[in-house]
Amino acid sequence: MDIFTLVQLLAKIVFVFAVSLGVIPFLVWFERRGSAWIQGRVGPNRVGPFGLIQPFADVAKFFFKEFWTPEHANKWYYHLGPIFALAAPLAALTIIPFGSFLVIGDQIVNLQIAHIDSGVLFILAFAGLEVYPIIIAGWASNNKYSILGALRGSSQIISYEISMGLALLSMLLVYGTFDLHLMVDWQKQKFFGFLPAWGVFINPIGALIFWISTFAETNRLPFDLPEGDAEIVAGYHLEYGAMKFALFFMAEYVAMIMASALLATLFFGGYHLLPGTGRILNTIVSMNGLSEVAAQNLKALFQFVSLFLKVSFFMVVMIWVRWTFPRFRFDQVMHLGWKILFPLALANVVWMSVVVYLMN
Amino acid sequence: MGTINVSREYSAKEKFFLAAVVQGMIITLKRFIQGFVFHKKYTIMYPEEKRNYSQRFRGMHFISVDENKTENCTACFLCETVCPADCIHIVADERDAGANPYGVRKEKRPLSFDIDALRCCFCGFCEEACPKDAIKLSRNYELSVLTRQDAIYDLNHLKREVKGRG
Repeated sequence: MDIFTLVQLLAKIVFVFAVSLGVIPFLVWFERRGSAWIQGRVGPNRVGPFGLIQPFADVAKFFFKEFWTPEHANKWYYHLGPIFALAAPLAALTIIPFGSFLVIGDQIVNLQIAHIDSGVLFILAFAGLEVYPIIIAGWASNNKYSILGALRGSSQIISYEISMGLALLSMLLVYGTFDLHLMVDWQKQKFFGFLPAWGVFINPIGALIFWISTFAETNRLPFDLPEGDAEIVAGYHLEYGAMKFALFFMAEYVAMIMASALLATLFFGGYHLLPGTGRILNTIVSMNGLSEVAAQNLKALFQFVSLFLKVSFFMVVMIWVRWTFPRFRFDQVMHLGWKILFPLALANVVWMSVVVYLMN
Repeated sequence: MGTINVSREYSAKEKFFLAAVVQGMIITLKRFIQGFVFHKKYTIMYPEEKRNYSQRFRGMHFISVDENKTENCTACFLCETVCPADCIHIVADERDAGANPYGVRKEKRPLSFDIDALRCCFCGFCEEACPKDAIKLSRNYELSVLTRQDAIYDLNHLKREVKGRG
């Protein structure tokens, strides 16, 4: 590994983590302000312009709170929980391609931290890891509400992982690869000359199942049973305070970003330019007479912005859904997961294999 | 008794669920636009904006004074007697005749007149019982204090010139 490879790898890691962690305060702000707008309230508007500094004030509060560990908790697992919660989705973010490639000097930099051939399996592995912090935190807290939340969370996540995996499988049939980079590349083509070949147009049912499952996977409303503030206080993170709670809080948002990025990558064309932006790019390139290298670099920037906008859209929808629907009852969650989504996802796999056979 | 199960037939559209989901999301989107674009809100920015309560609102007590800044109270103990929460404590005293421009009209005076606002239930009986219209309830509802001792108000704190009904 030469020095250039190392530097570009580090730069990509820093960039991805800085972006994904840096947008969290704005997401928290939007979650609070947006919910206020939906409910006819004002929301936090005192700290900074439009209350934008409020999340930073919250973080400052979390930092200065007492670092308290309950007597009856299992210390080792108690502290492992929040670390796990944040690390698992952050690790999964590393294989999301956020642009085609940059040209620096005569070197090509692929805009993806870890180019893994079996990228989808890596994603599934780390999505599966998301259940562990919940179990660990719930069990180590040694609290009945925490353990209830952990039990609910683990059964819910495992149930929905099946339909999520089956929806992924149906897309694997279409793309014929495990590699996320190649998957995005596949979506470059166009149907009938105008419709971008996004996964959602080939496999709308799979996209819907995957989308619904991401809500359950990230413990967002209407599937926030592990937290269920009304009945089990705060669920698995009940015994956590200060920065440990903040880590759980951040982990939820990182998991949301990860799920949205995956949804955008698999079904909504990944980093491919949004319809219409390609023309803007061409205009800029031809007006300024940019060289091929500069044009490619500009294109990569446009691609990143496109992915960012797509992910932001899904994040906004997640927040929007949260403030629209009440929580499911537990048997309803299981009913939806096992009796509706699971057979539907299974039938969809069969249907997609027929479609793929006919297409070839 | 026991649980009564009321069965209800769901239509295919209701069973499909997603139509209702979209419907609900459109409603919240409308609300969002109302809030975000038109700043429609049902709450108030409290310390700057205050809610206009009724004229009959019963808030913190005060003791009215006459034109010589002498309290109207004659320490008759009617309010202390009627108070269901036992929050008024009066110590009576004789008014100095020289300093009393009304002569015999105000023979007695309260040496101390304490109201424990933490015990008070703001029923307004003291106001009804008072023959001199001395104790009255104002519309002040901002009664937060830092210690329990601060919530016991004495005569000097309660004395106030009447402007309308306070």
